Amino acid sequence: MLTYGLVIAAYIILRILLAGGHVSSALQGQLVPITAYIVMAVSLNLTVGVLGELSLGHAGFMSVGAFTGVITSASLTSSVPEPALRLLFALIAGGIAAGLFGFLIGIPVLRLHGDYLAIVTLAFGEIIKNVVNTLYVGIGQSGLKIGMTSGNALNLGEGGKVILNGPMGAIGVQKISSFTAGFILILVTLFIILNLIDSRAGRAIMAVRDNKIAAESVGISVWRYRMTAFVTSAALAGAAGALYALNYSTVIARKFDFNTSILVLVFVVLGGMGNIRGSIIAATVLTILPEVLRAFNNVRMLIYAVILILVMLATNNVRLRAWFQRIRPGNGKTPVISGGGDGHE
Amino acid sequence: MTFLTYLISGISLGSIYAIIALGYTMVYGIAKMLNFAHGDVIMIGGYVSYMVTTELGWSPLVSVLAAMAVCTLLGVLIEQLAYKPLRAAPSLAVLITAIGVSYFLQNAALLLFSANPKSFSSVVPIDSIRLFEGKLVISGTAIVAVIACAIIILGLTWLINKTKIGKAMRAVSEDKHAAQLMGVSINKTISVTFAIGSALAAVAGVLLVSAYPILMPTTGAMPGIKAFTAAVFGGIGSIPGAFLGGILLGIIEILGKAYISTQLSDAIVFAVLIIILLVKPTGLLGKKVLVKV
Amino acid sequence: MSDKTRMVPLPSKAIVPERDALERPILEVSRLGINFGGLVAVEDFNIAVGRTEICGLIGPNGAGKTTIFNLLTKVYQPTSGAILLDGQDTASMNTVQVNQAGIARTFQNIRLFPSLSVEDNVKIGLHNQVRYPLITGVFRLPGFFRAERQAKDQAMELLSIFDMTDLASKKAGSLPYGAQRRLEFLRALATNPKLLLLDEPAAGMNPSETEELMASIKKIRDRFQIAIMLIEHDMRLVMGICEGIAVINYGKIIAKGTASEIQDNPEVIEAYLGKKKE
Repeated sequence: MLTYGLVIAAYIILRILLAGGHVSSALQGQLVPITAYIVMAVSLNLTVGVLGELSLGHAGFMSVGAFTGVITSASLTSSVPEPALRLLFALIAGGIAAGLFGFLIGIPVLRLHGDYLAIVTLAFGEIIKNVVNTLYVGIGQSGLKIGMTSGNALNLGEGGKVILNGPMGAIGVQKISSFTAGFILILVTLFIILNLIDSRAGRAIMAVRDNKIAAESVGISVWRYRMTAFVTSAALAGAAGALYALNYSTVIARKFDFNTSILVLVFVVLGGMGNIRGSIIAATVLTILPEVLRAFNNVRMLIYAVILILVMLATNNVRLRAWFQRIRPGNGKTPVISGGGDGHE
Repeated sequence: MTFLTYLISGISLGSIYAIIALGYTMVYGIAKMLNFAHGDVIMIGGYVSYMVTTELGWSPLVSVLAAMAVCTLLGVLIEQLAYKPLRAAPSLAVLITAIGVSYFLQNAALLLFSANPKSFSSVVPIDSIRLFEGKLVISGTAIVAVIACAIIILGLTWLINKTKIGKAMRAVSEDKHAAQLMGVSINKTISVTFAIGSALAAVAGVLLVSAYPILMPTTGAMPGIKAFTAAVFGGIGSIPGAFLGGILLGIIEILGKAYISTQLSDAIVFAVLIIILLVKPTGLLGKKVLVKV
Repeated sequence: MSDKTRMVPLPSKAIVPERDALERPILEVSRLGINFGGLVAVEDFNIAVGRTEICGLIGPNGAGKTTIFNLLTKVYQPTSGAILLDGQDTASMNTVQVNQAGIARTFQNIRLFPSLSVEDNVKIGLHNQVRYPLITGVFRLPGFFRAERQAKDQAMELLSIFDMTDLASKKAGSLPYGAQRRLEFLRALATNPKLLLLDEPAAGMNPSETEELMASIKKIRDRFQIAIMLIEHDMRLVMGICEGIAVINYGKIIAKGTASEIQDNPEVIEAYLGKKKE
């Protein structure tokens, strides 16, 4: 409940500040991306914190959602003139497409564990990026057309429009995303993920994380619950991707590369694995901070890298952990890797 | 003839992958961790060589030795500071730490050397060989890469099979605790493994930027991941496997680029990784491990 | 019924407690075997277990006892033989399906869900007993709260067997060793098995705890009317509560019978103490 309250309060405060003109234009431009990153972080936390598997291809699902959302929006321009409704369709389409990809990719990926699973998700993320880079999609008189050579080869005819132009990415995107839409998407994401965790399926997912053999021995289908978590996570990343893409007039596939996956992972690790509220705070702070502290920008990624290492050392090294617990008496809430399910109430 | 040209450049690229893959495979076999930062050590090796030749104007051979020295030191340092405290931690934590180290190296290089690509002049003084009236050109770098790879493989095989430290490595990779009971120092063995792997990474780095003369902070990332693919392909933990996987992957990549699509060549390499892990996760020359219940 | 009854042979030559003799044995295993790449771990293992029998599997370390549990629960696929659970062949089943068909187990090296609460551990055991669809959980549809209430009540009732209700909100991983063993036992019981396999339930317990455990095992058998097969090194426990006992050595049964029959068997004495020098 506290998590919902936090998000709603932040939204209201920002709305008031926006109305009063107290928000810099740079920060205003960051509002939609922040909401998208929050959804990315919370959804990745389902895979990393709750399922206990490292996905390094989360940006790949964001990419699938982004371009599906852009294509959906462009295709519906005339039939659904109302932007908010069109955005809703685009988000749903992005979520479904990414969820479908998550399912298809999950079939091979979820047979693996640990390091191998991580590296294969990375591989899929890169494959998605490479393939999107070679795709040409246009809309013409005879509907949607897809090719792999060039925009002209699509033969769109009179009044046709290229939506996705290979390595140039999506061009001429109508910017229909809004902060409010992002806020609603966060609430929907929280609703789905928090309820999932606190249900029969969520317990099964965490059982699989804690001990796969024991989970099977009590009749839990490991494959099924790993897939449930993976697909849910992918679908929400897809919706976040659609929201993100429809906030810009051009979107390129390279935006959703390995670096983006890592950035989101940094949010999750810093916020605490399995700690949903932590993901929200980390995603917000780490997106705003570079905007506020311009000088910080140069060393931003360097600092993130150090944070990543230090958090891992602090939470997983026995001696350091004891030391941390000593300097913070009565506070055992340091995020522990196997301690999923903390702080999502 | 063009096919032969592609094949040769595939083998040459594959040799470089094989040298990198050896570092992955040894560390994975002995420390049981995926050293994600290995690719970035390659990049550092490239920069050291670049600085020594262009800034100091010393000979290329000295630059290679300097790169090996710096990378060895770096590899051991990384292991001591970041990985050693996590010996008992879950593999997820170790992998995230390794990713952090990888990111740290890339961004440190970005600050030190800027994002502008440096054009690297090959350290190999041998001219290209022209065969069949110039229809087939084999670059000096390609020849050196293949020879270096062969020497390294033979040297490592000797090290692992005939020396005391090699025996310790095999013991630790087989059973850490039993090795410890027999008086093998696990920490020392792992440090030596990192040292050797990183020195090899330096060699690979210099060869890589000699063959593909653009040096950037991200230069090592992709070859690193591809070399990991090669290590998995051949069978993780196996030295001949790393060699075989590296060569095959190099050939697949170059032929894929030539005959299928330049843009999709990375995707093809990754598809190989995915297929291998699904069909034969132990790789071509790896062995099966049974999980104890 | 809490005391041991006479063991009687069935027409199939299997020996079960007299009270179970009128019904088909819950478990019938014939010629079960597995080899790992040529190494024969278990060979020609035959056993029948009566519906409410408590039976024991004993033998020296490395004899293949845990491997037999792993075969029965399909953690390993047998290379030969057949397992009939309540007359149903389990050949095509995996671990999950075998559990759903009625075999639950504990592990020699405890396998709890350490980061989850004691209550959640038991609720996870109830996974297939209190069911509702994924959608009901995510969208909190009608039926969710009723099912969760039911799961909680059942979990608490199970925990009360070992007086563990006040530990319900503790993390399973933080429990002392003995309590972890008991929790694993309850988690297995929560899956509503017909046959419960206990792998060294008394390991690490002191004599008085073992005494309590023996009483609990019998109590649970009586209350739930299930068969229990256990691996145990503590002979007081085995001889005290097991009706049928099978002795395994080198992957084979070397003796079968009641406690008194086993105790006098020269082969058993040899397996445990080694051959007498002539």
